[in-house]
Amino acid sequence: MLRLSRNPGADTALKLTVVACAMFAFVFVVMVPLYNVMCDVLGINGKTSGTAYTAVPAAVDTSREITVQFIATNNDGMPWVFRPEVRQVKVHPGEATDTVFYAANPTTAMMVAQAIPSVTPSRAAGFFHKTECFCFDQQPLDGKASAQMPLQFVVDQDLPEDIRTITLSYTLFDVTAMTGNRVAVR
Amino acid sequence: MLCKKIMVFAGILLSSLPWVAQAQNQVNMSPGVTEIGAEIYDLHMLIMIICVIIGLLVFGVMFYSIIYHRKSRGVVPSQFHESTKVEIAWTAVPFFILVAMAVPATSTLLEVYDNDEAELDILITGYQWKWRYEYLDAAGEPVAFFSNLATSQEEIYNTESKGENYLLEVDEPLVIPVDTKVRFLITANDVIHSWWVPEISVKRDAIPGFINEAWSKVTKEGIYRGQCTELCGAYHGFMPVVVHAVSREEFDGWMAAKRAEQASDLAAASVEMSLEALMSEGEAVYNGQCMACHGASGEGGVGKAIAGSAIALGDVSTHMDVSIRGVSGTAMQAFGTQLSDTEMAAVITYQRNAFGNNTGDIVQPADVASYKQG
Amino acid sequence: MGAHHHGPARGITRWLFTTNHKDIGTMYLWFSFAMFILGGAFAMIIRAELFQPGMQLVEPGFFNQMTTLHGLVMVFGAIMPSFVGLANWLIPMMIGAPDMALPRMNNWSFWILPPGFLMLASTLFMEGGAPAFGWTFYAPLSTTYAAPSVTFFIFAIHVLGMSSIMGSINIIATVMNMRAPGMSYMKLPLFVWTWLITAFLLVAVMPVLAGAVTMMLMDIHFGTSFFSAAGGGDPVLFQHIFWFFGHPEVYIIILPAFGVVSQIIPAFSRKPLFGYASMVYATASIAFLSFIVWAHHMYTVGMPVAGELYFMYATMLIAVPTGVKVFNWISTMWRGALSFETPMLFSIGFLVLFTIGGFTGLMLSIAPADFQYHDTYFVVAHFHYVMVAGAVFSMTAAVYFWLPKWTGRMYNETMGKVHFWISFVGFNITFFPQHFVGLAGMPRRVPDYALQFADFNMMSSIGAFVYGASQILFLYNVIATIVAGEKVTDEKVWDGAEGLEWTVPTPAPYHTFEVPPKVGAAPAHG
Repeated sequence: MLRLSRNPGADTALKLTVVACAMFAFVFVVMVPLYNVMCDVLGINGKTSGTAYTAVPAAVDTSREITVQFIATNNDGMPWVFRPEVRQVKVHPGEATDTVFYAANPTTAMMVAQAIPSVTPSRAAGFFHKTECFCFDQQPLDGKASAQMPLQFVVDQDLPEDIRTITLSYTLFDVTAMTGNRVAVR
Repeated sequence: MLCKKIMVFAGILLSSLPWVAQAQNQVNMSPGVTEIGAEIYDLHMLIMIICVIIGLLVFGVMFYSIIYHRKSRGVVPSQFHESTKVEIAWTAVPFFILVAMAVPATSTLLEVYDNDEAELDILITGYQWKWRYEYLDAAGEPVAFFSNLATSQEEIYNTESKGENYLLEVDEPLVIPVDTKVRFLITANDVIHSWWVPEISVKRDAIPGFINEAWSKVTKEGIYRGQCTELCGAYHGFMPVVVHAVSREEFDGWMAAKRAEQASDLAAASVEMSLEALMSEGEAVYNGQCMACHGASGEGGVGKAIAGSAIALGDVSTHMDVSIRGVSGTAMQAFGTQLSDTEMAAVITYQRNAFGNNTGDIVQPADVASYKQG
Repeated sequence: MGAHHHGPARGITRWLFTTNHKDIGTMYLWFSFAMFILGGAFAMIIRAELFQPGMQLVEPGFFNQMTTLHGLVMVFGAIMPSFVGLANWLIPMMIGAPDMALPRMNNWSFWILPPGFLMLASTLFMEGGAPAFGWTFYAPLSTTYAAPSVTFFIFAIHVLGMSSIMGSINIIATVMNMRAPGMSYMKLPLFVWTWLITAFLLVAVMPVLAGAVTMMLMDIHFGTSFFSAAGGGDPVLFQHIFWFFGHPEVYIIILPAFGVVSQIIPAFSRKPLFGYASMVYATASIAFLSFIVWAHHMYTVGMPVAGELYFMYATMLIAVPTGVKVFNWISTMWRGALSFETPMLFSIGFLVLFTIGGFTGLMLSIAPADFQYHDTYFVVAHFHYVMVAGAVFSMTAAVYFWLPKWTGRMYNETMGKVHFWISFVGFNITFFPQHFVGLAGMPRRVPDYALQFADFNMMSSIGAFVYGASQILFLYNVIATIVAGEKVTDEKVWDGAEGLEWTVPTPAPYHTFEVPPKVGAAPAHG
């Protein structure tokens, strides 16, 4: 085995120091990516993908009806009006569905928002595919402007049989400062 | 001596049984008013009783030793110091006891997670330091409101005697129908909170940006009180949960009344109010929403002083902006979404005329509404 | 090794520059006791406010600063350094080594602690106050919503962490490389074994804590979003990382305590420790299991059911090796010739009360039941039973046991017994009622409570004041012993004590085992 020092005590100590540094690196290099991968693959925290799903043409399963609920929440300090135009739809697995969210910026300055999706039950997250979503990008809105923000999704046919309701919740965050733009004038 | 110990022990055991425990000085969990709650209670008692039995056996052996294996009795110490057989035995037996415990624990947990087929969905959002409830219907304007601690500052700071439900009372309780599977969708506005009602046996963390779900089916009408159970800042201990479980008919009636109230709040926004009416309502709103941070006399604290402040004495639209939109990066929330236009107009008017401010300014609900629309 | 033997240097420079394991051990012990008093003072403020319903003494924000600092100071300032102090004093003597492997790093390990804690305590006087987000500092309360002092908190944690890591590296290097000839691993005293295993745990997980606070620092100051959903992060990630450190941390706290008790019980039973090999394997099993159970601190966070079930089963399993240890200690006592001097009283107190804490731990591991226990006083009761009646009682027993060897003077036995009984009664009056209020619905980390919790809270506060006061008695006894205690010169101060440290003169000379002893076939451990 590699010896880092002639002094056996120092040799042990140096090797353990390497271990300690490796554990520090482990947090950034392994734990964070691993957590994200586990969440992505298993839908553990209800996180759905942040990128568009490429739809695979498949038959629609008309024997199952899934209720999809939409919830819109503003995070702390976010003043926009933000709501789903339709609060609930019934869909068939495999069937592409469109819906719209309404957003309005009541301030006088341009603001940029980021919608963060979260799905419950978390088991369903991996089977809820968004082919088009306003959450993929930051959404800028000029002062006093409003927008209809589209969402297109398809529920996978392999959704476990015992899931009949899926709730998709968006939390809207003010990311104006993060984009380097000036924060809305107060 | 031993008799007395047995009696004391029996007393403690008896008082831990649910029908003997009283609300005051309760020593045990309550089975609550749901089937799943009763299952959880039974599981809790099972594990506890197994632990007590094992504890009595183990400590019994130890106390026997303490009494009879004393040097002062002149005993000669044995020197035995190992036995593989015994080690295997007391590794295997506890293992099997644990497996036996895991079986009911697993089935109960699976039930806790069975959120499907709910009849009513309610969105619960944790704020610093209050809860917001929204009934999710497919159609119509959703019924939504904030639920604030109703206990007065005088009670908390000991200048008035404390009411029976001290720290466990709110201005707007959550109302649900009995015998209905209710699904709670839980999230948070700012930091992590946790929504808990012991007697309904539901506790779930409220995480900003994420949604959690839990379910409950209450079998008995009544008022059930709980609290936030995740440290969320200074007033974590002051954001209780109160649930009224009522009959289906009563629930439907309450919902209808709530919708009407919300509609009339919107309508009230066009009414002109007198200074006296605004000051009176404004004081109530101030005491409930602002005082904790800005002081009972507007002297400040966690929040800035209002007495003599540039904002309260200066431009009305700045005052409205700060109150309605909040101040990003500080603890000053956007109260525009939490107060009705009437409440907002009243509290701004109050702040501009109380605490020695005396601007004479009047802000009407319509002013607030038009400010919000721009 | 040169033959130049001057005694220790004189004055303050002796202590600043010492590389002697006994001096450094002494400094750790005094420092940790001072931290115990500081953390205890915070606890007295907490219990004074909770004496009655209503806010009487402090504001809610300040109360949260007290609970946070109480936890941080007790865990990182009192318990951990005290056991490091014991390790420093005892490990070289127990293995027949002249000192620790890296004596200068040993000096550094200690001396960064006082500035670290000074920095942490100074946050009380900063704008916005001290950290008030609990010792578990969950994001985003500890990031976006934290007072400015959080940056100093993060630096303090880094400093404390480095001290622990350096100390652990030293312990491992010492045990692995400096055992006297004949001192094989399976002849090591159990105190050395438990510390060896603990040191590996520390090297593995203390850097994880450093990682967590660094990520906090980055989120707060450098625009990252590890824990913020807005930027694609997740507050729950913080909890996973924290508890990946946090669960092994609680075993880091308790394993050396297990080691102490494994030395003391055989001594006062006049009988060898029962099941030595089994005790070693059980300790190693507990350490291994401690890495894979962390999410039982997060049962209510919304984990998928498969994860929840896994963590429940893995956590329940820890009861097996822990039970094995309890059975082995009792079997050591069985058919021994017991006497009940103060170290033995504290060790038996540990045995009973730690086991009770273990039972409530088993109750907590049951996930569906934990939905009712989580974040209530039931949890507070549990961890005080295992940390105070567990680790602190064990540490107290250790001081009474080894103080005569360190100082050459015997403590006042009657005063020691009085200290024990007041501590035992005071502790139970403080913490047993907390089980009740927790089960009845009182959440933790609250400065005020509903009226039905009043009586038990008053009881708990009274118990706390009693327990706190008895530590003054302890301090008096220790100082009086050092200054004017009855002199002891027997190497084997206690007739049943076994181990190399009991073969050196009393008081232990400044340098011991400069010539390694010959370790015979008979087990050198108790």
